[in-house]
Amino acid sequence: MASRELESMYQHVILDHAKEKHGFGLRDGATGSSHQINPTCGDEVTLNVYRAADGRVESIGWEGQGCSISTASASLLSDIVHDLTADEVTERIAAFRELMQSKGAIEGDEDLLGDAVALGGVSRYITRIKCAMLPWVAFEDALGLTPAR
Amino acid sequence: MTTDVDQTTTAATLELHDVERIRADFPILGREVNGHPLVYLDSGATSQKPQRVIDVERSYYELNNAAVHRGAHTLAGEATELFEDARATVARFVGVADDEIVWTSNATEGLNLIAYGMSNASLGRGGDAARRFRLGEGDEIVVTELEHHANLVPWQELAFRTGATLRVIGVGDDGRIRLDDAAEIIGERTRVVAFAHVSNVLGAVNPVAELVALAHGVGALVVLDACQSAPHLSLDLAALDVDFAVFSGHKMLAPTGVGVLYGRSELLNALPPFLTGGSMITTVGLTESEFLPAPMRFEAGTQRVSQAIALASAIDYLGEVGMARIAGWEAQLGERLYQGLVAIPGVRVLGPAPDAAAGVERVGLASFVVDGIHSHDVGQFLDDRGIAVRVGHHCAQPVHRRFGVTATTRVSTYLYNTPDEVDQAVAAVADSRAFFGVA
Repeated sequence: MASRELESMYQHVILDHAKEKHGFGLRDGATGSSHQINPTCGDEVTLNVYRAADGRVESIGWEGQGCSISTASASLLSDIVHDLTADEVTERIAAFRELMQSKGAIEGDEDLLGDAVALGGVSRYITRIKCAMLPWVAFEDALGLTPAR
Repeated sequence: MTTDVDQTTTAATLELHDVERIRADFPILGREVNGHPLVYLDSGATSQKPQRVIDVERSYYELNNAAVHRGAHTLAGEATELFEDARATVARFVGVADDEIVWTSNATEGLNLIAYGMSNASLGRGGDAARRFRLGEGDEIVVTELEHHANLVPWQELAFRTGATLRVIGVGDDGRIRLDDAAEIIGERTRVVAFAHVSNVLGAVNPVAELVALAHGVGALVVLDACQSAPHLSLDLAALDVDFAVFSGHKMLAPTGVGVLYGRSELLNALPPFLTGGSMITTVGLTESEFLPAPMRFEAGTQRVSQAIALASAIDYLGEVGMARIAGWEAQLGERLYQGLVAIPGVRVLGPAPDAAAGVERVGLASFVVDGIHSHDVGQFLDDRGIAVRVGHHCAQPVHRRFGVTATTRVSTYLYNTPDEVDQAVAAVADSRAFFGVA
């Protein structure tokens, strides 16, 4: 009923995360926050970062309205950020961006991205890459990093 | 170059065999998308083009290309004649005079042209003749809650620039413009009433006569956004008695880059220009200049000649098919679409139910939400079957907010769509529920 490409974009892990929404909710005590909008569809996400005194990311929290890809992406992101240093965060964001820009050519580094490599199928759909990137751009912004487009 | 559309028939609607012949005129409808024949149901965003229109634009560059309204050589004469004939074709199509048609890049530019013309009048440009366009504190601009951003943001900005107040007529829970609200809002302070003929989200034909009567009753100008009506319905702007109207070529079988502004002659000749420069002047001094009469006073710089000529070709094509028959066909497609969608569990269609007795007329367009599935995901599922629809807010965020959603999926038809295509889209929407686990 659905093509292999579509099944590859909407893997079970993605549809599950879109429903389970790990990290959903904004708690007090954020060390950084960002609100991002995808102007073409109106999707939005607000993402808080919670860092320890030594600068390591303890967790993120997010709220927003979006498609299953942007929602799953935020959920998957929240699973992999625990206890990361600034350098490790930068490395993971860069790896995710590279995956999104790969047009399906690379698999994604599971050591860095965990289950978020499942979003690799999105990179074949140019109209959906922004959906997957939305929470990562918010994360980058909330950390005070300059988005490398 | 020829269409085999039967011009002798008097039927009020196209028949399937007509539509099958029409489809053969559109090369893109023969292609496949994701392994399926293309089902193009996004004509509300932009329409496809018949071979004849594509050929006319190419032929202009192959045979006639030259600068219009300049030069004295043969090609310049031919190009100018084609360009001005195109204007006459557009004028006839909407029942107005040739000099009441201004070329723009798109409908958005047409609306900005009016707003900036009024802005310039408010700064004193245009002298006494432009007095009726002046806005200031205490004056009111009125729009509705269902407007496309193109018919909302320029008025917001005009209000900021002039100190006028922007007021908004609400949309009822039934998806119709609230005429009781309109009657309360439109009053002696109202200077402009701008609204869509057909909503690009709700799909219903709006009560133009009632709104025009309210506006003209207080001496306000009426600006009609005809983007979703001009391609699909017989449009007689003089009969509708609006003061200004805009529509865009690319939604009615023509190329991108050309739009149309209509204005009543005496208004256009009093409105100060928006864009200024070459081609719109009579005498240019070093510190001030005199402008041509309308329409050329609004056509500064090099014009979109090939697109205008191609738009005239598109209008000829539509005229040969017959706008009434197109409207009749699309009303049937729209009804089939609406009934098919509302029969799916968990699907809510925005806008009023078609109801001839209550005077609710829908075009072949429906925006809807599927409970538990974002419109992007619905659209992606349809695209996988080669079905092209629009997802998102369709440049109309306020009306989505009005109905408590950020985005919808929109199916929109045109003269080349078939009942089977509508059924395919409806079936795919139904199937998407199982795929995304909400069935």
